[in-house]
Amino acid sequence: MSMVLRRLLTAIPTLFGVVVVTFLLTRVLPGDPAVFFASNPSMSAADIAAVREHLGLDLPLRDQFLVYLGNLMHGDLGRSVATGQSVAAEFARRLPASAELTVAAFALAVAIALPLGVAAALRPGSPVDHAARLIATLGASLPSFVTGLLLIFAFYVFAGIAPEPAGRLAPFMVEPERVTGFLTLDALLAGERATFAAALRQLALPAAAMALFALAPLTRMTRAAMIATLGADFIRTARAAGLSRRTIIVTYALRNAMVPVATTMGMTFSYMLGANVLIERVFSWPGIGAFAIDSLINLDYAPLQAFMLVMAAVFITVNLATDLVTALIDPRAAR
Amino acid sequence: MNALLSVRGLGVDFETGDGPVHVLENVSLDIAPGEITGIIGESGSGKSVMAFAVMGILDPAARITGGDILFRGESLLAMDPRRRDGWRGREAAIIFQNPRAALNPIRRVGDQIGDVIARHDRPPAHALRGRVEDALRRVGIPDPARRARAWPFELSGGQCQRISIAMALACRPGLLIADEPTTGLDVTTQAAIIALIRALARENGTAVALITHDLALAAATCDRLAIMHAGHVVETAPAPTILAAPRHPYTRALLASAPALAGSINELQPIPGRLPDLRRADLPPCRFAERCPRRIARCDAPGPLGLHEAAPRHLLACRNPP
Amino acid sequence: MTRIARHLARGNPLDLAGFALFGLLCLTAAFGPLLVAHDPLATDAAAMLQPPSARHWFGTDQIGRDILARVVVAARLDLLIAAGAVGLSMVAGSIMGAFIGYRGGWADVVVSRLVDVMMAFPLFVLAMALVAALGNSVANVVYATAIVNLPFYIRLARAEVRLRRDLGYVEAARVGGAGDGRILMRHLVPNIAAPLVIQGSVNLGWAVLNAAGLSFLGLGVRPPAAEWGIMVAEGVRFIASGQWWIATFPGLALMLAVLAFNLLGDALRDLLDPRLRT
Ligand SMILES: Nc1ncnc2c1ncn2[C@@H]1O[C@H](COP(=O)(O)OP(=O)(O)OP(=O)(O)O)[C@@H](O)[C@H]1O
Ligand SMILES: [Mg+2]
Repeated sequence: MSMVLRRLLTAIPTLFGVVVVTFLLTRVLPGDPAVFFASNPSMSAADIAAVREHLGLDLPLRDQFLVYLGNLMHGDLGRSVATGQSVAAEFARRLPASAELTVAAFALAVAIALPLGVAAALRPGSPVDHAARLIATLGASLPSFVTGLLLIFAFYVFAGIAPEPAGRLAPFMVEPERVTGFLTLDALLAGERATFAAALRQLALPAAAMALFALAPLTRMTRAAMIATLGADFIRTARAAGLSRRTIIVTYALRNAMVPVATTMGMTFSYMLGANVLIERVFSWPGIGAFAIDSLINLDYAPLQAFMLVMAAVFITVNLATDLVTALIDPRAAR
Repeated sequence: MNALLSVRGLGVDFETGDGPVHVLENVSLDIAPGEITGIIGESGSGKSVMAFAVMGILDPAARITGGDILFRGESLLAMDPRRRDGWRGREAAIIFQNPRAALNPIRRVGDQIGDVIARHDRPPAHALRGRVEDALRRVGIPDPARRARAWPFELSGGQCQRISIAMALACRPGLLIADEPTTGLDVTTQAAIIALIRALARENGTAVALITHDLALAAATCDRLAIMHAGHVVETAPAPTILAAPRHPYTRALLASAPALAGSINELQPIPGRLPDLRRADLPPCRFAERCPRRIARCDAPGPLGLHEAAPRHLLACRNPP
Repeated sequence: MTRIARHLARGNPLDLAGFALFGLLCLTAAFGPLLVAHDPLATDAAAMLQPPSARHWFGTDQIGRDILARVVVAARLDLLIAAGAVGLSMVAGSIMGAFIGYRGGWADVVVSRLVDVMMAFPLFVLAMALVAALGNSVANVVYATAIVNLPFYIRLARAEVRLRRDLGYVEAARVGGAGDGRILMRHLVPNIAAPLVIQGSVNLGWAVLNAAGLSFLGLGVRPPAAEWGIMVAEGVRFIASGQWWIATFPGLALMLAVLAFNLLGDALRDLLDPRLRT
């Protein structure tokens, strides 16, 4: 328990640092938000000054920061200059799309990587082992946006079995009532099987592209950790005690191997957050990454700022969760 | 023959990148029920490999090239693998050196003992806890109910070894192999662990194979001694006989090099030479020959070197004994 | 060198493939422009969107440029960006890490905290924001990639120096009157070279991906420059209409380059640090 508290406390300075960095970054960005309006010829210098004042850009940097911090406290992530919309509202709308994609891809990658890594470790030098090593090396070399495109070409253009890569649901379909924000789950909850199938089909390719990306580190670490654990003295003890193969592999080896694997899972999940940006772009996925990129290209910085904050917050949460899981598995880490 | 365990002409090779290593050759050894047998030899002489072969936990790189291992007259090598799994832990058990590493670091010690009991004796679930506490009590762990919930990292090395012993003896096996059980423990703990093993073995009629480098310890603890050198058993006899009338030149050298047994510090003599490289294809029939002061032409004559009875209950593998 | 040769002769085929691919890549980067039959920037209205053929092995793009020529020529730019970024961050990061590891104190606290903060962002996202902040140019892609890689080198060098700073030979040098700077540069930094080189080769692959990803999004390198990420981005529109070659070949080149660095990293790890072998 004290360990949880300690970890929470150490996350605070990091979180504060993240806020400072995000703030500074957006202040040095070349696009002065007011200039955006200045490009409109009907605006005079006085108008621009008014906009600056409205946006608080005439204040000293320290005061700007305090205002920014105060707004954050109220959940105000600023406004998109391009659309005039609240960034927080836009994020609330888009976050489930990104989350569903990332979680689905992560679950898919884990579901493949764990058994593959374990099987490879149990039979070193076997075909499974070679396959695992190939995936671990090749997978780490796949640019996710290229795999995404190749998947689109193969399954949509060429084979014609995947739907058009344009968002989460075909335009003519009605979204299910929003409960979780995950379309697949919501469709199931509403009992609309056709919608569920359609949403799953949309999800399949981008999730696969992202899972491919995550597969490599997960497989590599599972295999390595399992090999190391299987060679440990206590496994020899368990074998000598005549414990069943199942008990030895699952209760003794796998649980121990899960300690480093859990850490790798956390890291991989965070990497996936970054890769999200590219995948969402390739598949026109209406998530926060795509939104951030569109804003960046339009020199609209509030969404980018919010995006970085959200990413860092998720990252810190994931790290925290990883530490907790590790502490649950390993009593030595819980102290 | 009423041996509990009988190793007969056992050979073990290890496959390595540079060809096979001939780790054990024609190893024979009998262990009688209820007896404590010391297995002694320099590092690398194959003591652990023999123990692992008996337990059936050899590394995948190991290959049994010949011989057999009988337990209560039944061949372990021919035994159905599933029965062999049940045999391990119930009929025979082993404890290792470095007791802390030998325990699963993330499982409570009581659960680890419970795993063994549950696997072999299948007691009703409510009885398991009591059995675990009994096992802990027998190895002298105070407050077993509380200790059962401890993690290995919370215990000292000596306590971890007690847990290992509790685990090994939980199902009252007929044979306990103790592979250097006290290496790495401090001296007082060493004595306590050895005393514990002895007491439990006597109490339950368990036969013990005590593997050690320490000739003095073995002489004080064991009924019989088996001396190993470079993958051969070179001499076995009752412990007093080995001490008083050793026959093999290697045994004599070993005695002369043991501080506690040599008459005075001035009489201490290191054993000349080193173990031969076991990867060699041209290993001599007697692997001690190249270090032996009594080597004669007959020693190098081709043909296997077996143990022969030099006196009643005294076996020797030497072609030119003194 | 002989050690490398002996290791290769013993023949892990993957290691061999890594060195071979890496060599090929370097040759392409060095001599690519001399080898190609077409001008990578020359448009040809008569040969637009042609599939691979004997004349255009990789086909042509929407304005008739030869894709093979562009893929080959792009190697230099992509590798230079990656090498520049990794070189910069390796030098800067290891000096900073070695310094704070050796000195400790408040500098250590501040830099370590900063590193924690940087690591809290997904690195690609951070690189994206940095390029936006610094301005959209090739040089800034190099700087941004270098900056987001800094934490790895800082942490690595710091940890290695902390491990070693109290060892005998360092103590001996200190007693012998060597100054801190001299101890750092002569006695500590050379000893942490192996892990740094391994980290560097792995990072090269990552840096290539990072740079290509940025230009895929329209950050950094600008058209009409031949660069793999841009070429993939340009080909995206044509995937749906079946003109797969425009995006696929630069994508494959990118993949091969990253693969080469990853294999090289694994091989170097085996070679320099057998402890880490997996
Ligand atoms: N997995 C293996 N691969 C190759 N050779 C091995 C392997 N395991 C053991 N050996 C070799 O077998 C020989 C005997 O090893 P063993 O561990 O049985 O010695 P030991 O008598 O128990 O020594 P110690 O007192 O050091 O424990 C050694 O020469 C060792 O090199
Ligand atoms: Mg041993």
